[in-house]
Amino acid sequence: MTDTERYDFDVVVIGAGGAGLRAAIEAREKGARTALVCKSLLGKAHTVMAEGGIAAALGSVWPEDSWEVHFRDTMRGGKMLNNWRMAQIHALESPDRVLELEEWGALFDRTPDGRILQRDFGGHRYARLAHVGDRTGLEMIRALQHRAVSIGIDVFMECKIVRLLQDGTGAVNGAVGFWRESGRFLTFGAKAVVLATGGIGKAWKFTTNSWECTGDGMALALWAGADLIDMEAVQFHPTGMVWPPSARGLLVTEGVRGDGGVLKNRDGERFMFNYISPFFAAETAETIEEGDHWYTNKKDFRRPPELLPRDEVARAINSEVKAGRGSPHGGVFLDIASRRTPEEIRRLLPSMYHQFKELADIDITTTPMEVGPTCHYAMGGIRVEADSEATTVAGLYAAGETAGGMHGSNRLGGNSLSDLVVFGRRAGLAAAERALEIPGAPQVSEAQVVDVTRHATSYFDNEGAEDAYAVHRELQETMQALVGIIRIESELLEAKEKLAVLAERASKCAVEGNLQFNPGWHLALDLESMLAVSNCTTLSAIERRESRGGHTRDDYPGFRPEFENVNMITRLVDGEYVVAQEPKPQMPDELAKLFEEGAH
Amino acid sequence: MAIDTGPAPSTAPEPPSDAPPKDLVMHLWRGDASGGRFQEYHVAPQEGEVVLDVVHRIQATQAPDLAVRWNCKAGKCGSCSAEINGRPALMCMTRMSTLPTDQPVTVSPMRAFPIMRDLVTDVSYNFEVAKLIPAFKPGPKDPDGLHRMAQVDIDRGQEFHKCIECFLCQNVCHVIRDHEENKPRYAGPRFFVRLAELEMHPLDTLDRRDYIHEDMGIGYCNITKCCTEVCPEDIHITDNAIIPLKERIVDSRYDPVAWLGRKITGRPTPLRASEARKHTGAAHAQPPAAATPEPGDSA
Ligand SMILES: Cc1cc2nc3c(=O)[nH]c(=O)nc-3n(C[C@H](O)[C@H](O)[C@H](O)COP(=O)(O)OP(=O)(O)OC[C@H]3O[C@@H](n4cnc5c(N)ncnc54)[C@H](O)[C@@H]3O)c2cc1C
Repeated sequence: MTDTERYDFDVVVIGAGGAGLRAAIEAREKGARTALVCKSLLGKAHTVMAEGGIAAALGSVWPEDSWEVHFRDTMRGGKMLNNWRMAQIHALESPDRVLELEEWGALFDRTPDGRILQRDFGGHRYARLAHVGDRTGLEMIRALQHRAVSIGIDVFMECKIVRLLQDGTGAVNGAVGFWRESGRFLTFGAKAVVLATGGIGKAWKFTTNSWECTGDGMALALWAGADLIDMEAVQFHPTGMVWPPSARGLLVTEGVRGDGGVLKNRDGERFMFNYISPFFAAETAETIEEGDHWYTNKKDFRRPPELLPRDEVARAINSEVKAGRGSPHGGVFLDIASRRTPEEIRRLLPSMYHQFKELADIDITTTPMEVGPTCHYAMGGIRVEADSEATTVAGLYAAGETAGGMHGSNRLGGNSLSDLVVFGRRAGLAAAERALEIPGAPQVSEAQVVDVTRHATSYFDNEGAEDAYAVHRELQETMQALVGIIRIESELLEAKEKLAVLAERASKCAVEGNLQFNPGWHLALDLESMLAVSNCTTLSAIERRESRGGHTRDDYPGFRPEFENVNMITRLVDGEYVVAQEPKPQMPDELAKLFEEGAH
Repeated sequence: MAIDTGPAPSTAPEPPSDAPPKDLVMHLWRGDASGGRFQEYHVAPQEGEVVLDVVHRIQATQAPDLAVRWNCKAGKCGSCSAEINGRPALMCMTRMSTLPTDQPVTVSPMRAFPIMRDLVTDVSYNFEVAKLIPAFKPGPKDPDGLHRMAQVDIDRGQEFHKCIECFLCQNVCHVIRDHEENKPRYAGPRFFVRLAELEMHPLDTLDRRDYIHEDMGIGYCNITKCCTEVCPEDIHITDNAIIPLKERIVDSRYDPVAWLGRKITGRPTPLRASEARKHTGAAHAQPPAAATPEPGDSA
């Protein structure tokens, strides 16, 4: 018999970023008894860091914009690997979700006639990102947080979920976690569980991601038997800080380029003009003059190559640095100082101004920033059904960064925040509908609970020298060096072997101290998730023998027809992670027409 | 700065056995609700580091169970609030190079909140207060389904929305810093900012004035501005949020029409701090004796 606190709910939402908050709000409003569980404090989730904006075809700046154009941009940005139905739902519903945030108190920047202002971002044909300076995620999370609190959702914060519970048929019927403060375990019985745990960036050394991004949801899903999809698709954001060392990886928002910032190499050359791929040539400016006109006249001019999708820009920066044309600290220059007045820069990009001033002693209104690629976003994730966000396991739903499919092989900036609220809402709705159909209270298996708590605390009994911090550091180095922005089979195979060794070592980590707020113990448990998910990323990266979006293979450059129509599925089979190719869903003809020559 | 951080919550630190010279010397508070003390750690300095980097390095190499709360390490989430050399600040935004090197750097937990463990405090009080705030209630939309707001009418609200809920303002507020007993009847600067943002929201239709006055205890605040001084987001908490709120409450009692007019246009109250102080000081600030500023506090 384990001594755990016990709670029963209709719906348990794991994760309180944008996706989890929106899911919980929906489930609660549909009448489900709903719990919201998060491993940090409420309002601190990774979503709070989002800067540039939320993409939605509101058409308040460019009336020409429409869901069809947004859909097309999203699919092309994802190199057509996206689940077409998710991309369609996203483009159709994101405007309503943005307006809803306003209804809940968000204050987006305004146009002169008082509507929501939209800003340019890479890969978006029109200025499409509703924003609040460069702190849009904060605005979003507060609006959702206040809403969630005002409708009385039960929040369990600083509580980490360790495993899901399943009934005899395999359906998810609960979860086990512990309070980080006391180490005391809790068992949730639930009729439906929504995973909204965010990404996996902490498996890489240089990342924009926060502490919590350890892939827990993906791992929980895997362990419950669910499929992951396209895990090889990892986004390296082109512009992270490169100096000082302690700030390396921190995001420099794409808003800098959206608002006119340009990339230059050591020689002052705007090198992006040398990296326009045929896929985007028709819609990209060929000269500096043309690119500069585009900011004010989108009808007659094409956008500058600095605003190509992120995978293109990240690869270009990587090549410039490799060719010896980089900046002193191994990046390139991002220059807004010569393009905008100091007042404009401080107004449009206050957090960037602040971040460079405080952390690097650099005034971005006078000095170019040094930037380079940094691990930013997981396009891959838990495989879901497009309309309901149901995973391949009954009773389990997923939304937000932890889910896959929506962004294909590369995500456009701004499309995550909109994804969170569009699919968070749908996941909450589907979970509530399921829960309200199931009578009685959920029956969790006490034996499963005992197994989970026994396993989780076993680290305190381990003896030996393995240390979670050291294993984590080696994991980050492995993923950075071998499963990074440019990949090659020999290195991926090496990574696979190293991960196996690291998993073995991680299982032997010895934890010092007691259960009370013990970061060494928390990290040992987070490592289980990071290792499981890193494994799937590596397996998928080996299997996709082509280059597409966030997955670049030195040994297989360019698209390959045999991979055009396949998704990489990873799952746990008999204790082993395995990868399989499965056909990608095909879009109906009326949508396919949007991609024909000349269509906008 | 005017903040009295009080006596250190500990006895003298333990000297380590074999400390190489020239290292950074860090005194980190370790303990839990039952007590604790500063523990000394030595680490080699690295270029460009912030306090949180050093704390993490100590955690990874010398003290694996050292409890510290953090998330983004980019000044955006407000998790890593602490008192560094007695000065309340975010660990992730305090560069080591800004601290004197000839003496140990001390890091202790925020004092106004109960200690959970080491540098982590129990900030649940704030989340309880948040539940009490009457929610945003917008008026009807325009016929085309949109709300229109002028940028000038939301500038002030956007300033308030910068709040990252680091709770440093709560930590230094004299009304509660050393007076746990005041917490049940006092919302604190963070929530005055929240209330001000609601009150000045051009779309909001609720009247929270009596509530702010009676339940949130704004009268206890005697505008010493300590909260403003520590705000990492540079929100002018006292001048732009608290004083205008106090003013509104005073005004509304004498002149409901003026309040209504402001509510409709949504324009923030112009800043007339001296006048506001006159009003609030005379009519409504009734701080309990405990909350009177200590000598040396600036007002
Ligand atoms: C610096 C930065 C800037 C960005 N800017 C933009 C932008 O401008 N526009 C845009 O569209 N996107 C942007 N993104 C991407 C976007 O912010 C993220 O993809 C998105 O916020 C993820 O949200 P989420 O709801 O899926 O999860 P998160 O916000 O990551 O939240 C995850 C939640 O799950 C909880 N959790 C995790 N594991 C567990 C567990 N085991 N038990 C319990 N709880 C758990 C966490 O505590 C947290 O509450 C940016 C990302 C970064 C890093």
